[in-house]
Amino acid sequence: MIYDIVAVILIAAGIVFFLGAAVGLIRFPDFYTRMHAAGKGDTLSSLLVILGFAIHEFRHFDGSGDVIVFLKLLAICAFIMLTSPTSTHALMDAGYEDGIEPVIGEGGENALAETRKTRKKD
Amino acid sequence: MLYRILTFSLLMATWLIFSGLFDAFHVTLGILSAGFVTWISSDLLFENRTISLSTRLGQALRLAHYLLWLLWQVVLSNIDILKLALSPSGLQKVQPRIVKLQTSLKTDFEKFLLANSITLTPGTITIKILGNDYYVHAISENAANGLDGEMERRIAAIFANTKRGAS
Repeated sequence: MIYDIVAVILIAAGIVFFLGAAVGLIRFPDFYTRMHAAGKGDTLSSLLVILGFAIHEFRHFDGSGDVIVFLKLLAICAFIMLTSPTSTHALMDAGYEDGIEPVIGEGGENALAETRKTRKKD
Repeated sequence: MLYRILTFSLLMATWLIFSGLFDAFHVTLGILSAGFVTWISSDLLFENRTISLSTRLGQALRLAHYLLWLLWQVVLSNIDILKLALSPSGLQKVQPRIVKLQTSLKTDFEKFLLANSITLTPGTITIKILGNDYYVHAISENAANGLDGEMERRIAAIFANTKRGAS
């Protein structure tokens, strides 16, 4: 029973964060800020949902089959933790290399602009 | 030799978890393939064999502690995004900028960890690493001010006692 409650809370929280990521993806002004919403929202929300599944699986913790599923789900969590920021970074980098100009806000600066100029001279 | 046994055990544990079958045939297959991979590429997982196992264990524990802290940062980061995305006035707070950040971290793994950590913490994503310079995209001025080097200190502390001569 307690496992069910915890699992439902985790999955519901994950879905709320997914909603935030989806709304941010539509509302934010440019490619880079949208990646903030997509990259981070996805990391935590998929972690929470999968953790919810893992705890749901944990509720009858007697047969070895269930332990294996639990461990597999934890392994997926670890992979998401590792790969999600890396892919976000790869997309940002690819976008910049492709010449998408970032929107710069009030009082902001674009420190990367100088590196682009010097590289074009090469 | 010790490191080969460690590599083999890690590979074998992964095999057992992912296969989920404990009959003689599948376990033998696992031992054969884990053994083969250990034999041809055991030097890929642990590069520097001069570090003693107890130091490694200390590093692993501190890394786990750091990852727990990072997980908490990820939660904060998502609450931040949620607030910006869902509140009607949130878009005024989105003032993106790209800032340059210098680091003194040496090894590739430390740099990778710092880049991933920056990406996971509130409002900042690493775009590029050129040498010791990180180019970080921050979603607002607050987020840019948050890059005060606390994370770098924490990462440096994990590997503090093996800094010299580590590959």
